[in-house]
Amino acid sequence: MTEPAAPHPNATAPATARRGAHGDGPTRWLVGLPPTLFLLAFFLAPALLMLVASFQQPGEFGGLAPIFSGGRVGLSLETYRFFFGDWIYAEIFARSFLVAAASTLLCLILAYPLALTIARSPQRRRDLLVLLVILPFASNFLIRVYAWIILLGPAGLLYTPFAVIAGMVYVHLPFMILPLYTNLEKHDPALLEAAQDLGAGAWTRFWRITFPLSLPGIWSGTALVFIPVLGMFAIPELLGGTGDLLIGNLIKEQFLDNRDWPLGSTLALLLTLAVLALAALAAWAGRTRRRAA
Amino acid sequence: MAILEIRNVTRRFGDLKAVDDVSLSIEAGEFFTLLGPSGCGKTTLLRMIAGFDEPDAGALFLDGRPLAGIPPEKRPVHTVFQSYALFPHMSVAQNIAFPLRMAGRSEDEIRRRLGETLELVHLADKARHFPHELSGGQKQRVALARGLINRPRLLLLDEPLGALDAKLREQMERELIALQREVGVTFVFVTHSQQEALALSHHIAVMNAGHIEQADTPERIYSHPKNRFVADFIGTINLLPVEVRAATPDGLDLLAGGLGKIVAPPPADPARLAAGERGSFALRPEQVRVVAHGEPQDLRNRFHGTVRDSLYLGDVTVYKVELANGVLLEALLANSTPGRARVFAVGDAVGVGWRHDAGVYLRD
Repeated sequence: MTEPAAPHPNATAPATARRGAHGDGPTRWLVGLPPTLFLLAFFLAPALLMLVASFQQPGEFGGLAPIFSGGRVGLSLETYRFFFGDWIYAEIFARSFLVAAASTLLCLILAYPLALTIARSPQRRRDLLVLLVILPFASNFLIRVYAWIILLGPAGLLYTPFAVIAGMVYVHLPFMILPLYTNLEKHDPALLEAAQDLGAGAWTRFWRITFPLSLPGIWSGTALVFIPVLGMFAIPELLGGTGDLLIGNLIKEQFLDNRDWPLGSTLALLLTLAVLALAALAAWAGRTRRRAA
Repeated sequence: MAILEIRNVTRRFGDLKAVDDVSLSIEAGEFFTLLGPSGCGKTTLLRMIAGFDEPDAGALFLDGRPLAGIPPEKRPVHTVFQSYALFPHMSVAQNIAFPLRMAGRSEDEIRRRLGETLELVHLADKARHFPHELSGGQKQRVALARGLINRPRLLLLDEPLGALDAKLREQMERELIALQREVGVTFVFVTHSQQEALALSHHIAVMNAGHIEQADTPERIYSHPKNRFVADFIGTINLLPVEVRAATPDGLDLLAGGLGKIVAPPPADPARLAAGERGSFALRPEQVRVVAHGEPQDLRNRFHGTVRDSLYLGDVTVYKVELANGVLLEALLANSTPGRARVFAVGDAVGVGWRHDAGVYLRD
């Protein structure tokens, strides 16, 4: 629906329509150019640099060794052999996905009733409640995480997996609430009345009407929470114990502490691929289920 | 036997009485219409029948049992909403089968009744489509099928034809009548359109400002409106200020100022009328006969006038004739003679008349 007036491919379309299509061309290019350039420069180019770097050798004092030196090509599969040769990396990957999944699920469970309450409040109170949800962003992220150190320390929960997940959920909760609220707020209240009128009790109305209609909101919220949690390194570092390191920490370590940029690039690249594979799987699953319905 | 009994029901919103001491009785199997302008309380009344609202005073009885305190999902009453309220994430079949699933019917029964109902509303080929793929008329039929499939005691229809264009509306009116006759479910229809009400209903209750002005058959409502509101709201009507001169069982003698004597049909209760009383004589435009000046008329009510305005509508022409006392009388003439669409021109002197048993006297 958001497509600009596309030329009709119909053969009976008058010549003016076809000429109009050519006229649309430059405009469409002009509008599409900035975002395309932005993505090329700041997403594709770095990703390609990382791909190349993952096959290079670490430099003597950090950074990368030149690809050609002394007549030899300095490219190898060293880092991949390293990654797949040690179970510890697979374990950290698995743990990271587990933490991300748990944090996302907890965010969803906490955010849903909240988003629903906001969406069903009177318009004036709704704006206030949304403001309260985004208010924490007004203070610095690190300060908020440090506050959790003070909160969890006396309880003896600091440096545990619990602390990591609590921190993750706390920081990312608004990213689940907002897309859910935006979705739920648009639901037509007449649908719930119709369901009730036709014999559905409160619980049934939620599971048969509200929940399925909110799935797009759930998917956006899940993506907005799951992916950042997967790459997060500050929270595990500040709140987690030595056994709670995640991929984010590992990548950061390679670049800043071990000065092994090729390994860091490999890890980052594999993480990106894993996330893309997961997203593709989810999209495929969604499509087949819709076809089955 | 009355299926729904509404007894002295009042519903207040703050200071406003949305429904004010309304009593109604709806018979099983009939097509009943609540008709009135927006804000007259008809939708509030409908919501109280459905269970979305409870009366502040009075009570509703379905099959003789009080409805008070029974939530909407437990009432054997289904609604066709103005916006249709089809579930967008469900196919046509899933939408229509919804009430059967809620009632916990077996898969066998659901399949059988779904098939029957899809046939009934001519949607068998659309079962797997989704609401956004349907036209307005098709959505309307899905909403009707969904409301009817579990055979409710009452089907409430809240201005369901409002969103359709004129042609489609007329077609849907015919389908509604046929459907109601076929399934035999009692329909309670809410509308602000008098044409819809007249075309569809067995009985109409005309509502205004929270109370019922008249509840009667469409024919009685049209030809014998009880008061000026009903007369004015239903169709077009001429209202002439008159004074009662004599009321007898044979007829009513009225005097129109500056015009003369009018003979009107006898009122329902002549005893209640006193000579000298002032009121209005109401006459439908199609009951007025217009003839060329000087042409003899065998009517007891006949006067002279001048054509002031004419409106050609194709099938009919509407004339406005100014009478001797300055009152404009609207007359509707069918264009039944080919080539003679505009018989009279503006400015023509004409004779007007109507039968002595036409029209009705209304007290002010």
